[in-house]
Amino acid sequence: MKKLGELLVQEDSFEEILMGNQALVRAMVESKTRVVTSYPGSPTPEIASAIQDIPQDQKPFYFEFSVNEKVATEVAFGAAINGNLACVFYKSVGLNVALDSFVQLGLFNIIGGMVVVVGDDPGANSSQNEQDNRNIYRMARVTVLEPASPEEAYEYYKHAAQLATAHKTVVVLRLTTHVCHARQKIKFAGYQKEKGYKTEFNKKNGPYIPLTGLALEMKRLAMERTGRILPFIRKAKLNQEIKSADSQGKGIITAGLTWLAVLDVLERSIYRPNLLKLGVTNPLEREGILSFLRSNDQVLILEELDDILENQIKAMAYDQGLTTTIIGKTSDKDFMGEFTPDKTLEKILTTWPEMMPGEIKEEEQKEKLPVVTLPERPAQMCPGCGHRSAFFAIKKALGNDDITVADIGCHTLGYMPPYEVGEVLMCMGASPGIAAGLSLNNEKKKVVAFLGDSTFFHAGLPGLINTIFNHHNITLIIMENGTTAMTGHQDHAGGAIKIETLLKGLGIEPVFACDTYSQEKLTGLVKQSLKIDGLSVVIARHPCMLKFTRSQRKKPGYVQKHIDIDPAICTRAHVCVEAFGCPSFVRNLDGSVGVNTDLCLGDGSCRPSCPEQAIGLQRKKNEGI
Amino acid sequence: MKEYNIYITGVGGQGIGLLSQTLLRGADHAGLEVMAVDTHGLAQRGGVVVSRIRCGSKVFSPLTLSHNCDLVLGMEIHEALRGLETALKKGGTLVYMDLAWQPLPVRLGQCQAVTPEDISRACTQLGARSLTVETGGLSDARMQNMALVGTVAKYALIPGVSKGDYARALEDLLTGDLLVRNLDVFNHYAQ
Repeated sequence: MKKLGELLVQEDSFEEILMGNQALVRAMVESKTRVVTSYPGSPTPEIASAIQDIPQDQKPFYFEFSVNEKVATEVAFGAAINGNLACVFYKSVGLNVALDSFVQLGLFNIIGGMVVVVGDDPGANSSQNEQDNRNIYRMARVTVLEPASPEEAYEYYKHAAQLATAHKTVVVLRLTTHVCHARQKIKFAGYQKEKGYKTEFNKKNGPYIPLTGLALEMKRLAMERTGRILPFIRKAKLNQEIKSADSQGKGIITAGLTWLAVLDVLERSIYRPNLLKLGVTNPLEREGILSFLRSNDQVLILEELDDILENQIKAMAYDQGLTTTIIGKTSDKDFMGEFTPDKTLEKILTTWPEMMPGEIKEEEQKEKLPVVTLPERPAQMCPGCGHRSAFFAIKKALGNDDITVADIGCHTLGYMPPYEVGEVLMCMGASPGIAAGLSLNNEKKKVVAFLGDSTFFHAGLPGLINTIFNHHNITLIIMENGTTAMTGHQDHAGGAIKIETLLKGLGIEPVFACDTYSQEKLTGLVKQSLKIDGLSVVIARHPCMLKFTRSQRKKPGYVQKHIDIDPAICTRAHVCVEAFGCPSFVRNLDGSVGVNTDLCLGDGSCRPSCPEQAIGLQRKKNEGI
Repeated sequence: MKEYNIYITGVGGQGIGLLSQTLLRGADHAGLEVMAVDTHGLAQRGGVVVSRIRCGSKVFSPLTLSHNCDLVLGMEIHEALRGLETALKKGGTLVYMDLAWQPLPVRLGQCQAVTPEDISRACTQLGARSLTVETGGLSDARMQNMALVGTVAKYALIPGVSKGDYARALEDLLTGDLLVRNLDVFNHYAQ
């Protein structure tokens, strides 16, 4: 296979197995997207890694990681009102950060067109909630295309780009986690390379100032635009109806990945309902939906997360006085988690048990299978992670009653045993503000907020400035690992602006800083900072060891090391395995402690934790195949 | 082929992504209709990683129904048992590496580690067959995933997919020294 980046820009058509996120980049290229911006977040970061794989001299568009999703949206918008097709992408909760700008987009005459790709995360696989952003799209009056597979992600982006360009507007491409990450063989079309960045901004294309009377005029124009979009949906056949010869008066309406689950599950049915798959979930194409309702006695709406389609479709049916029974969500469970094939099967079985007489519901099935008690496997900080050393050291400086506030990033994992540092978490950059609130009239307890370095720039700064402005009494610990680690090591503004310099520029004095492997020093600095009345800041610094080790391994002469434990010295105090808690330690059945040399980096960060100094360093032997 | 489902499981960092892509591309080279999806969440931090591969003319969603996989591949013993419990069909096949990346509750002494006996017992109850892959002889733990691909090839576990198909898949995915070393391990286990 050709290098991914080269494949994505080649002019000839080709067929290749790609992930949804990667296929999307080909669609950006074919659609002549000129500017792409983002802030990293799962499930969308592979879009960026695919873009970054394109050779420098063949880059088809400008790309940047902006400092946060709001700025990314603004940069894309600016490029688009200059006449260029622009795209911004981020994760589900990234839309919350972008919201102030995002809700305005629909009001403008975006002459180049703009596509916003948002990766929702039903099931909260890697997010702090599973919010259904379709609620927001209705409020913002934007058109939403919803692909079910990588192939559709590719096709729908092209439709979205076409729609956005033709109607000079914004279109949302709504992905979900398993659409982003699925892989399948896709036939990609050819295209012709074409340069042409435009600088055509002219206020006459506006209005671009949504103030006073103009705000309503812009809304009126936006609503007119929505009206013009419906014929496009019909023409592009983005909503797909499959009629059954033996439906028994039953029909299913669905969208997104659930569509594929429905097709899978119906392989087990003895008759097939009529099916309507909506490719456009805002605005709804009323005529087609009403005609589908009319041709069925009972319609089941299978929709992941909220009841957005259900409420609108029920309202349509009511207005028309239809007698079709519409079945939607029937319990709280229906609003939660992914509509996996299991859940889809259960929902269909509950509604129409006679459709699949051979199937039993999942709960009944479970009872028949062997059950062995299995330990959970929570996510962990990696071997050698500087955050582990930091939490181990910081915990020694904290009083029992002190309150610790977590933030988003790898260091969030400090909340788990054995550290249990971080007792409340909200969202990106919220920790200084929450800590400030907790510190009010709180003489007895110290409040300590944690913040990652990428998050510091993303949304942490306003909270920090607020503590200075309003004289709050908190300690802020900045966990600086030099990268946006959790989402896959994307660069951040810290490469251009040193956090320590910036803090000093804000008048914060002193700014404590040390490497987290210097555990005693870090404990001392945190103790010192807790004594300060008002804001105190500690930078707990260590490079991300996953990133660092990967780069070290590529160097010639690299020799892997690991620690070992001297059984003659070890008293089985278990501080290393229980309190320091590196996943490289192994607890043997006889109570002795071993080392998983596949995992251990030989960084030695655990050595100060041993009260008997029983931990030594070894070079790893490279023998075998 | 109407449907053949594979469930691959292990811990973040073990190389499940490459393992899954090799099987996916191998099946494609063999002419099967095939799709896959990885579920990893915060897996880079030592959490569970699952990848599913579905082959056949009658598969639509990349996700699988519970207890509906013909083949479960476990790169780690605890995850092998979890995969067996949630994904394996009655009469299916489990292939796993008998090595442990102990989960936190085991390291904290709160929970017993899973043993090969637990796996055998569960397999008997499920009427499933199990194969253990020994990887102690590998010089680089990062190529353990190739031991599993080799084993899948050796026993022709995915119907219709040959050793040559997997080797071609590896040639698609890797280059240079990395390709040579991975192919060595693959060939060793495929014999």
